[in-house]
Amino acid sequence: MVLLGLLAVTTIGVVRVRNLFAVAILSSIYSFLMASVMVLLDAVDVAMTEAAVGAGIGMVLMLSALHLTKTDESRPAHTPLLPLFVASVTGAVLIWAVTELPSFGAADVPVHIAGPDYLARSLRETGIPNVVTAVLASYRGFDTLGEVIVIFTAGIAVLMLLMRRPVRGGDADE
Amino acid sequence: MRLDVILRVTTKLILPLMIVFAVYVLFHGDYGPGGGFQAGAIAGGAVSLYALIYGLGATMRIVPVAVVEALVPFGVLLFAGVGVAALLTGGNYLDYSHLAHDQVHGQEWGVFLVEVGVFITVASTVVAIFYAFAARARR
Repeated sequence: MVLLGLLAVTTIGVVRVRNLFAVAILSSIYSFLMASVMVLLDAVDVAMTEAAVGAGIGMVLMLSALHLTKTDESRPAHTPLLPLFVASVTGAVLIWAVTELPSFGAADVPVHIAGPDYLARSLRETGIPNVVTAVLASYRGFDTLGEVIVIFTAGIAVLMLLMRRPVRGGDADE
Repeated sequence: MRLDVILRVTTKLILPLMIVFAVYVLFHGDYGPGGGFQAGAIAGGAVSLYALIYGLGATMRIVPVAVVEALVPFGVLLFAGVGVAALLTGGNYLDYSHLAHDQVHGQEWGVFLVEVGVFITVASTVVAIFYAFAARARR
């Protein structure tokens, strides 16, 4: 509860503060809080990812992006009414979708059928004690391959956008 | 370089630990939390940290751009290649059961190689994006 409160405070901070450097630090704090929430939920793998990617890599990339631009957010050029409308409608649709979810803890949902099945099978079939790894890499190999290709594509896209230099050896002027 | 000595010494202290931890997370992903993705993020973070403290040129001498950009597709190809190897050894695509003499060993090998592929792709993508930003900033 304390963590969720801190999360809310951090989010308001991210929205309100206009200094982008502070915003970068705040979103890093947000990631660490989120990682703590994940640890409390026993999702250590997710927590690790959140801490490493959100707080670590994301922070570094945001700072290097800030290095290229100004550190103060400029005043918005348009009125915030249209974005506000889009955000409210999206939020309303998402909340409406939540009502369609199976009730919390219901026994007949896929997660409570497939989960124990994986737990019972994975050590015998794969010899891997960490079920998360077994499911990710073996039972859901296609998913993970797709994720890796997404990362690959994203990396290529960023590299193409930033087209860093003419080909002449990066440290000639160092 | 106007960076002060505290940052440099601290970086020198924690950098080996970060890299060892990344490798630990990668190899120990079968038994504890972690795996290729987390390990890749940590390793990419380690290289980025080195570049932040010691400068881009020094980092590019250790981890050349060409190597990084070759490793990005290599990880994906390794992952996909394990799938093809599974096909060739008589299973379905990405079914590792036939990669070794028995099913459990095959699964362990397959999962390990796949995690290595994920690790290589994630780490090199992070470093490549960081290089792209940093090289642009230097101009």
